[in-house]
Amino acid sequence: MQRHFDQELSLLKQKLLTLASHAEEAVSNSLKSLLERSDLQARTVIETDSLLDAMEVELDEMCISMLALHSPIASDLRLITTAMKITHDLERVGDEATTIARRVIELNTEPQLKPYIDISRMGLLALAMLKDALDAFVHGDSVKARAIVPRDKQVDQIHKQLRKELVNSMIENSASITRALNIMVISKSLERVADHAANIAEEVVYLYESRDIRHSHDNDISAPASEPL
Amino acid sequence: MADDLVSSSVAPQTQEIIHINDLSLYYGAARALVDISLKIRENVVTAFIGPSGCGKSTLLRCLNRMNDLIDNVRIDGSCEIGGHNIYGSEVDVIELRKRVGMVFQKSNPFPKSIYENIAFALRLHGMTKKSDLDATVERSLRQAALWEEVKDRLHSSGLGLSGGQQQRLCIARAVAIQPEILLMDEPASALDPLATAKIEELVLDLKKDYTIVIVTHNMQQAARVSDYTAFFYLGKLVEFNTTRKVFTNPSHKQTEDYVTGRFG
Repeated sequence: MQRHFDQELSLLKQKLLTLASHAEEAVSNSLKSLLERSDLQARTVIETDSLLDAMEVELDEMCISMLALHSPIASDLRLITTAMKITHDLERVGDEATTIARRVIELNTEPQLKPYIDISRMGLLALAMLKDALDAFVHGDSVKARAIVPRDKQVDQIHKQLRKELVNSMIENSASITRALNIMVISKSLERVADHAANIAEEVVYLYESRDIRHSHDNDISAPASEPL
Repeated sequence: MADDLVSSSVAPQTQEIIHINDLSLYYGAARALVDISLKIRENVVTAFIGPSGCGKSTLLRCLNRMNDLIDNVRIDGSCEIGGHNIYGSEVDVIELRKRVGMVFQKSNPFPKSIYENIAFALRLHGMTKKSDLDATVERSLRQAALWEEVKDRLHSSGLGLSGGQQQRLCIARAVAIQPEILLMDEPASALDPLATAKIEELVLDLKKDYTIVIVTHNMQQAARVSDYTAFFYLGKLVEFNTTRKVFTNPSHKQTEDYVTGRFG
């Protein structure tokens, strides 16, 4: 039986995906602003952050209403609680994009320190993780979601390596300190985007398998347990 | 807040068509309703909730003067529907009850066929042409989400239907004469969960065409189906607001205690 409540759940999903789209776009545009050294692009990212904040508030209010008025259970309850968590992660992704944009504006006041190869690679990996996590959410694919979590390690590695290089750069050349610190912040922000994408993936697994894989070891994450709950 | 959400978050701000003004009701010397003032909007679902004996069914019955059938009932104050006081001396109570239909807790189909359960009232109201009767019976049964289940046995007894189907037959009977307002006094309390869910879905569909006032002792039901909720206690109206407000952040502690199950 189709319920009126199902329409509300569909609307919730739809709004969540709209937020996701904005968050992905913000990260993508912030990277673009870095690679193109564009203050204009960076400022646009900063200005859009308030939209993501407003969407987070709206989605949270929707979820609270649905919990209060419909007493959902089972998969409906998991969808709503997961939506609240994913909303928070996406809003934080938007904040990271804003952080990147602010650093770009500072970086643009000086010549480019070095080609942004590692940053670009991190950005692409983090964005791919985010995209795949959201695809898994849309298509109910918990196997795909599980596969995203270990990819975070690769982004962490690049960030670690880049941080080492930037520290060396600062030691060798004190004139590079400001730029190096800004790049380090950008690298950290991208590393956080990847973390949030991994969080979303874990939440998708919980939504579709009713299993909490947060804080699990790698060999517990990669495949679903053989017995359903 | 997006205004395309269904009732759970945004309550429609339609015209107020029922105005209850300082209404008190006495059963003999006992005062059952105390100075109730309330405005009910058109084409929304308004729920009356409260513990047993709080007066919610008594107030519901005021809206179509069913309390007139009880001895020793006296009313002070007024109740206006569409701008007219329904307790005026010139009011035709039969006409009033045509405009304000009612569905009761215990379904009460006539001991007649499914078809006749609906056609009977239509004939009383002057419809005689068979094609009109057939069309209206079908429309009513469709509106009550019962047509597909009974279309091949319209001339079988209404009493042979399940409890949930009988209740939907009673709803079909009520909507057949196209009332403006539908009063529902705990319409699902005697039904199993699946039948209850069907009645609730039906209420949400019907509000497009009717103003619905529902009494329920099931708070979750009130939360699921209504746009506005009125909480009563000991004959008094304690709080009246959008259902969302009443169930997420009620203004009165008594309301909070009741909806959270701390009393009642």
